[in-house]
Formats: sequence, structure tokens, C-alpha cells
Amino acid sequence: MANLTLVEAVNQALAWEMAHDDSVVVFGEDVGVNGGVFRATVGLQEKFGAERVFDTPLAEAMIAGLSVGMATQGFKPVPEIQFMGFIYPALDQIISHASRMRNRTRGRLTCPMVLRAPFGTGIRAPEHHSESTEALFAHMPGVRVVIPSSPVRAYGLLLSAIRDPDPVVFLEPKRIYRAFRQEVPDNGEGLPLDKAFVTRPGTDVTLISWGASALENWNAAGELADEGIDCEVVDLATVSPIDKDTILESVSRTGRAVIVHEAAVSGGLGGEVAAILASEGLYSLEAPVIRVGGYDAVPPLARMEYGYIPGVQRIKDAVHECMES
Amino acid sequence: MPVVAKFEITYTQFLDEHGKAQQELPEFAADADEMARMYRFMHLTRVFDRRCINLQRTGQVNTIASSHGHEAAHIGLAAAMRPEDVLAPSYREHGAVIWRGVRMSQLLAVWGGDERGHDWDGARRDFPYCVPIATQCLHAAGAALALKMRGEEACAVAMCGDGATSEGAFYEALNAAGAMKLPVVFWVTNNRYAISMPVEGQTGAETLAQKAIAVGIHGEQVDGNDLIAVRNAAETALRRARSGGGASLVEALSYRLGDHTTADDATRYRPDEEVEQAARRAPLHRMKRFMQERFGWTDEQEEALIGELEAEVEREVEAYLATPKPNIEDIFEHQFANMPAALKAQREIARRYPVPDHG
Repeated sequence: MANLTLVEAVNQALAWEMAHDDSVVVFGEDVGVNGGVFRATVGLQEKFGAERVFDTPLAEAMIAGLSVGMATQGFKPVPEIQFMGFIYPALDQIISHASRMRNRTRGRLTCPMVLRAPFGTGIRAPEHHSESTEALFAHMPGVRVVIPSSPVRAYGLLLSAIRDPDPVVFLEPKRIYRAFRQEVPDNGEGLPLDKAFVTRPGTDVTLISWGASALENWNAAGELADEGIDCEVVDLATVSPIDKDTILESVSRTGRAVIVHEAAVSGGLGGEVAAILASEGLYSLEAPVIRVGGYDAVPPLARMEYGYIPGVQRIKDAVHECMES
Repeated sequence: MPVVAKFEITYTQFLDEHGKAQQELPEFAADADEMARMYRFMHLTRVFDRRCINLQRTGQVNTIASSHGHEAAHIGLAAAMRPEDVLAPSYREHGAVIWRGVRMSQLLAVWGGDERGHDWDGARRDFPYCVPIATQCLHAAGAALALKMRGEEACAVAMCGDGATSEGAFYEALNAAGAMKLPVVFWVTNNRYAISMPVEGQTGAETLAQKAIAVGIHGEQVDGNDLIAVRNAAETALRRARSGGGASLVEALSYRLGDHTTADDATRYRPDEEVEQAARRAPLHRMKRFMQERFGWTDEQEEALIGELEAEVEREVEAYLATPKPNIEDIFEHQFANMPAALKAQREIARRYPVPDHG
């Protein structure tokens, strides 16, 4: 069994699926010879050849549109967009075509494709390399948005995403690409999509997050445990569609919820989770639902990025506020 | 069958790789002061670039893009521009923007993760560095339209690389410039690589310059490592734009001698021999030979110049390092002209939390 980082688990999942399904192809900018700027696709071209793992011209709309074309004709493209900040030329192809080809053709043509992109802050990168705009994609009907927050879930969720018959936007939190390792058995077993994961059971308050914020949530939960506050930590994983059952069940026990995400708080998916709790879990709630997000500002350059995203102290303060209400 | 369209693309070189003139030189090449000024900036770019890499390696700036090998392609163009022209750079044209008055300490701030660097000195209406590839080409077209509508005798210049020519935004900008006859110059520094992708992987076309033909603008190729060819082509294209003759696409052939950025390792995808060979054609070599032969430039002068430039760069590095850190409040200040109440409330929250350093 291999002890892998999150980005290595992505690589392992790609390799497994390419070895077991000839229709899977991987392409994008610098994914072939260079193995991806984060090394997510390293070694794949050697293993599976330059026909199935290839570098494309520098054009994101083309990458997404080519994927739609291939997906409708029997392939399972797994293209990479190098950074989420460069994904926007591809939006047209995703919202206008990938997300609705099935509906438009009444199921005659479909888009089983997985558009992978690293996202989020935390690596001291230049401008446009720190975006968290998952809500844009979550607002598109017909597209799943999946975000792993551990090596095990990266492996299992990516396998399931590739096997899914519909388009998936698979966003990889690059801040935790190499933050920690886990044993990730290379057994080809997927993890369920549309399912949230309870990563730490607790009784007092439910902390909900996705992506790299999982790290701060766990740390906050650890520190709060020392104060006698028992947090249940939930990783949403599939952020669209949201697994209502898991969060409602958790909050039915804890009565309190704090939602944490890196993306700008207004219009962020925390609002969607809060809406679910308000409309379907109101009678379990003993305190207002609190959202802790990035501020409604352009993600700052490196000097201020850790002031922008929710840190452990902000999360703890939110939990205290929630406990005291 | 009748031929309804045909085209040719010229390639211009004045100095070969040894600095020898291949044809009669344009007038400016006889101007010792002007040539020395450009040569000085080429060296300044190189010295600055070297220092930037060193600062990155020691954790004093973040990921930074080297312009090593592009000294002629960037300085020759900037030198042909007028202050009132508008430049839309990508993110690698340090020499060009320094020529236009930006302080090196401000560029260091940008690469050091501090937005204040982009509130830079010099050409105040120039665009900031632009990371999303090719998007600045459209801004240059828009700026050119603004200049044209106001009747200004100025033009806009977009600088990009070979990879950018594959983007939709690039074609759309060129096409708009052709359709609207805009006073704009699209300057493609073809350094042969978009990160790991060699230019042959970007297109099936023999040249990038010929992309101009499809949109009805002038297109040509020059030796981008030949300062004189660059300056000459830039002057001609800028004159064409200013005089109502329309837009141009100039492809300057060069070579990226460094990694894509400090986050890249080019040895993964290109052989050392190729880089060594390209280094022999580097722009500074041939300019040095030219300066020696035409203007009696000596090794002592060269040494003194580099020493002087190193001191100049060092003063800017010190200014950068001495700049107080931004405050968390700063991230809210420039979202809107008038800060909405909701944002003011968030600013109050942010004030309560110290910003952790992270390395």
C-alpha cells in the first residue's frame, strides 16, 4: 500500500483508470512531457503513450470544447486546466454544452468528462493562481462539482468521477496537494459521489467545509476539544449536488453549524448549505448558522492571502459565537 | 483555378549572431548615444533578472518569470514607443516596463505578492502585468480604439508570447484590429516555449506572423535577438499605426534561456545542448560585438557598466525590502470607488485577526 500525498493520489487514480479503461484520455497544457505543473500527470505519457496523454496548444476553451467533442463520441476525456484562474475561457463550453448536451439531445449525446483543475490559495503564487470560484460551477445544472480534501478521497472520488456518465468539474485544493500523506490502496475502488463524509464525529457543533479549509477545520476542532467543545467535522466533497442527508443528520444531533470555505463568503456555497439547514433543519437548530468565508474581495496576492482565507482563530471564534447563542 | 489570395512573410535580420551587419543599417544604429542607452537597458534587464532569481531562491520574492534571452525583443520595442503610447504587457517584459519608467522596486513588489507594485511610476496609463494568457491583446485593441476615437496621435502595443497565439482572445483581438483598422501593434516574442510546449505544438503554421494575414493586418517576422531588427520593425509598425495605416503583428524570434518561471524546471523537457546553442545566439553577445566594432566599446567600459547597474539594482532591492508590509485593510480599499457597507463590516472583522506569515 502506498503512502501518498493528495496530488500523488490523483496520479494513482488516473493511472488506474487509464489501465482499466481504454476510453480514458488525459490532455491539457504541460500534462504530457512535463507531467503537469504540479506533477499530477507525471509518468502517464510514458505508461500510456502520447496518443492517450498529450499536450495541447495553450487554449482553455479549446481544451473544454475538444473534451465535449470527444466525450460525445465515446471517449472519457480527463482534461486538465492548469489553474482555476485560467478556466474562464472554458466556461462557455461547460455551461453552454457539457452541462446540457444530455438534456438538449434527450440523452442521445452525453458528456462523460472530468475537467480537473487545481484551485485555492496558499502557494505564494502570482495573480490568478489562487481562485476559489467553485460556486460558478455549482450554479450550472447538469454538472457535478467534486472537491477532494484528502489523498484517500482524491483517489476514490476521481475514479468515481471518471466512471460517472456525466460531466464532473473536479477541483483539487493545491494548498494541501502535499500537506500530508495517507495510505491509499491502489485497488480501483471508487468513493461515492453526491455524498458528504464525516471526518471527525462530535456532539456539540457541526463544522462543514470542503477543499483545503478541511485543514483549518480539523485544527480548530482539535483546539476546541481541549476546551471541551466537541466538534463534528463534515467534508462536503461533492459540493454540487449537496448531500443534504448527511448534514441534516449531523445538525439534528449537534443543533449547531459553522460553514467554512476559502471562497468569497457572499454568493459562496456556504449560503446554499445554510439555506438547506434553514429550510429543512430549522427545528434542529439551537443557534444561527454561521458562515466563515474569504472576504468579498479579490483574492489578494501572497502577502495577504493567509489574512484572506479563514484561519483557525476565525473558525474558533465562530464556533464560540455559535455555542454562546 | 484563379488564386484569390496569396501571401508572403518577410524575415528581417540586420546583425548576425556575431554582431556583423548583414545589410545597410537603419539611421538610428549610427547614433552612439541611443545605441548605448539601449545596450545599457539590455544589461540592466539581465542584471535585474539575475537578482530576481536570487531573491526568489532566498525567499524574498515569490515565483518570478525570467526574461533571460529577451533583452533585445523587449528593449528594442520599448525604445521605439513614445511615452503617450499605451503598453499592454504580459508578465515577462521587465526590461520594457522599466524602460517606460516603472521602478524595479515596484516590479519586485508585484512578484513579492504586494498589489501596490502595480500602482507603478512611469507610463501611468499602461496596463499592469497580465497573467491570463493573451487576454491583454484585447485590452490593447480597446485602448487603440479609444485613442482612435479621441483622435490622439498615439497607439497601443500588446506584448505576448508564442503560446498566446493559440488563445481565442489573441485571434479576436487581431480580428478586431483588422476589422476596425485600429492603431495597435501586436508584438509576439516567440521564445519557442510555452512552459514545456515547443512552438511546433501550438500551430501547424510555418510562422506566427502569418496569422495576421487571416485578419487583414500587416504581419512580419524579425530576428528578435537582433536589437536593430527589433527596433526597426517596431518603429515601422508603430508609425503605420499612428499614421492610420492599421495594425501589425510582429513575430520576434527569440529563445527563452531561463525556465518558464522559478517554479519550472526546463531540464525536464528540453535538452541542455539546445539551450547552449541558443545561448550562443543571445542578444547581449551580438550587441557587445556590435558596440565594440562600431563604437569602440571596451571590456573596461562593460565591466564598469555592469558594476554600476548592479549598484542601481541593489538600491531598488533595498527599497523593496524596506517597504513596510501591506495591511489587511488594504485588500478592501480598492474593490470599489465607494466601499459598500457590507464590505466595511468585513474590514472590521479582518482587523481583528493578525495576518500570519507563511513561507
